[in-house]
Amino acid sequence: MSELLLVEGLTKHFGGVTANDGISFDVREGEIIGIIGPNGAGKSTLFDLLTGFQTPDSGSVLLDGHDVTGLRPDRIARMGVGRTFQKLKPFPDLTLVENVMVGALAHTSHVHEARDKALEAIAFVDLLEKRHSFARELSTGQRKRLEMARALATDPRLLLMDEVTGGVDQKTIPGLIELVLALRDKGITILTIEHNMKVMMDVSSRILALQFGKRIAFGKPEKVRNDPHVVDAYLGRADAA
Amino acid sequence: MSSDVIIQAIVSGLLMGLVYALVAVGLSLIFGLMEIVNFAHGEFLMLSMFFSFWLWALLGMDPLLSLPIVVLALAVLGFATHYGVIRHVLNAPMLAQICATFGLAIAIRSGAQFLWTPDFRSVQDPLVAGRLEIAGIFIGQPQLVAGLVCFAAFIALWLFVTRTETGLALQATAQDRQAAAVMGIPTDRMFALGWAIGLGCVGVAGAMLSSFYFVFPDVGINFALLAFVAVALGGFGSILGSLVAGVAIGLVESLGGVLISPSYKLLIVFSLYFAVVLVRPMGLFGRY
Amino acid sequence: MSKKSNAALEAALAEPVWPAAPPAFTWLGFGVFALLAVYPFIFTGTFSHHLMIMVFLHAIMAQSWNVVAGMSGQISLGHAVFFGLGAYASALLYIKWGITPWIGLLAGMAISALAAAAIGIPTLRLRGHYFAIATLLFGISVQIVFQRWDWVGAASGIFMPIVRDDPWLVLQFHGSKLPYYYLSFGLCVIAFAVVWDLQRRRLGMRLLAVRDEPEAAASLGIDVAWHKVIAFMISGAMMSTAGTFFAQYVLVVDPDRVFNFEISVLALLMVVLGGIGTLWGPALGAAILVPLSEFTRTWFGGTGGTVDLIIYGILILLICIYQPRGLLSIVTERLRRRVDTK
Repeated sequence: MSELLLVEGLTKHFGGVTANDGISFDVREGEIIGIIGPNGAGKSTLFDLLTGFQTPDSGSVLLDGHDVTGLRPDRIARMGVGRTFQKLKPFPDLTLVENVMVGALAHTSHVHEARDKALEAIAFVDLLEKRHSFARELSTGQRKRLEMARALATDPRLLLMDEVTGGVDQKTIPGLIELVLALRDKGITILTIEHNMKVMMDVSSRILALQFGKRIAFGKPEKVRNDPHVVDAYLGRADAA
Repeated sequence: MSSDVIIQAIVSGLLMGLVYALVAVGLSLIFGLMEIVNFAHGEFLMLSMFFSFWLWALLGMDPLLSLPIVVLALAVLGFATHYGVIRHVLNAPMLAQICATFGLAIAIRSGAQFLWTPDFRSVQDPLVAGRLEIAGIFIGQPQLVAGLVCFAAFIALWLFVTRTETGLALQATAQDRQAAAVMGIPTDRMFALGWAIGLGCVGVAGAMLSSFYFVFPDVGINFALLAFVAVALGGFGSILGSLVAGVAIGLVESLGGVLISPSYKLLIVFSLYFAVVLVRPMGLFGRY
Repeated sequence: MSKKSNAALEAALAEPVWPAAPPAFTWLGFGVFALLAVYPFIFTGTFSHHLMIMVFLHAIMAQSWNVVAGMSGQISLGHAVFFGLGAYASALLYIKWGITPWIGLLAGMAISALAAAAIGIPTLRLRGHYFAIATLLFGISVQIVFQRWDWVGAASGIFMPIVRDDPWLVLQFHGSKLPYYYLSFGLCVIAFAVVWDLQRRRLGMRLLAVRDEPEAAASLGIDVAWHKVIAFMISGAMMSTAGTFFAQYVLVVDPDRVFNFEISVLALLMVVLGGIGTLWGPALGAAILVPLSEFTRTWFGGTGGTVDLIIYGILILLICIYQPRGLLSIVTERLRRRVDTK
């Protein structure tokens, strides 16, 4: 398996706070990498650095061997990196199908083609019956599916998903997890931030654990689960809670 | 050019800057509280000048003496504006908010033209008149009093906001509306208070201006324009920013008028704004 | 994928990309168009012609503002700049070098688009109110420069010489307002067709995405900055055509008139009144505000000449409070509700 993403020594300071401190890891094609860590561990900052929404102070990001460190978000997106947002960002005054069309228009200027591709993506996330609803009228779970479909329509090779199961009720979670697995089966490599540990252990091929902006463990789920740093920093408290 | 002329320009620019600062801080306070730019700010300034003028013309009260009445009247107008208009557009899109205050501005200004005609009026023989001469520098006494009163009002506002319980509640509301509401601060009343204080500041400035400036329905436009510049320059919502920017604008305007050309005064002030905002998009003291 | 969902996808793919308007609306549209085409022969008075010319002119101004605010989310308070540049470009080209205003129209559009880029690029980092204030000050700065620039006639501006030969070449019509009527109607139709087309293109959809959520737009490969600037340029060019037409219509171009801040405000008010981000909102706003101000001006004329503005201000206030999405939304919301219950 080849490395799709190679991250080395990624560091970002905000004022006096070091949000990411020399983070290194690699992602192989076809993997699902889970990122865990307590609140404020620097997970979302890492996503922002990888997708160009923030510029790292030092370190590098290689996408398929090409240096993409510090490139603008739209450039990185056009190189095949899609993302969803923790604080969901649908286009509220566009309909669902229009939302996804904007994604599909990344590779075609023909609106008709984009519409067809958008509908396929919407069918994939199983939301066809809502296609003419405005995004502002959708539920949280539906908006998460919208963001997945929208990112999917750009034909990403790598998809970064921020809290797929956060903020939705228990019975919605299995459906969303199934979608993540289905995306992987489509050949998309996935990086996901997740608070739901059980989900994480089940679906991830490897897990990256962060604390205070530093990498404290990286490897197979069983290994990370039993890592003393992780138990101390995260799992111990999560189990207690 | 002698240094006297320059010192003269500095002094008069400083005094006028204090007036601009007070007009601007009212705008900034309202924005800081609810993120609404009051595009009718200049019209309220015009109204306060007319109040002052009519109190003099009809009752013979000097603008300096009628100051409390005018400030009170403007504060009441502030309450009325909040409860009559602003409250209803608080959750509307930003554009509807802008339009609402534009609509208010148009209605007030044309109402004033309808009632009082576009004529220029002025208060004759005000209590404080003439000018002082200090070491060859002439200072208009009304300007001096206006600058000092506005500065005093500014200090009072600063103390109120930073030292009193209500002032702190105002600040809390400005920082986080929801958190403030959770803490039991009546945010709606805080907004109304913000408008009352904001327009009260305008009342002070207007009353002081009326003793040495012409009073006419369009008088507010230029002051409002400079207040917008001051607020954008100082940073929306920043009280200290308004003071620094207001004084800076007064100085640049006055010095630019003397050193370059009076007809390019505004352009010079705007250039200062563009220069700052290109480097600091949120203004000097912007906190976002 | 199951058979059922396959069938649902097939059905969805068979739908037209853009749902057709209800037939009643299509007929209404044709009816209005036909009425406007013959209007000057039904209402033959000079005032009725002037009134509609003003409506068309303002509809273009409003639509121009709608492109930048309604489609890319930037609130400009300096749009008078482009109106003025359009007016000056054609007037100057004609006065100084005898170039036909038709070329002037295109030159004005090009200059306005460049000016839009010149304002748009440095102010890209400014958000919301900061952008609005910056454009406001830029607009006034341009006005001040023109007021003091002797080559363009400074404060007294440019008076166009009256020419009676070749009216379609010099774009001056002195006998009747009819040519002005059809000229403004044509310009207006083109402006609206451009926006109609834009909304159905990749560029238009991307603009809406940038307006709604710039970060999400960037995550989909959209260059947000470039799209904001291009929207500003299209809008500026469109506004410029209104300025050129106005110059040819009144044959006087002076800075207080064509760079007036009120032009920028008026464009904004019409759009908000009609419905921002919609194709027909700007037309509706112009069709209401222009007659309102022209009629009240006639009725209350003379000493009480500001009553129209008082009514106008209060009307705007009421719209903002009770219908902040504009008058058009009353119809569209009702329509949607009817479709949903079906």
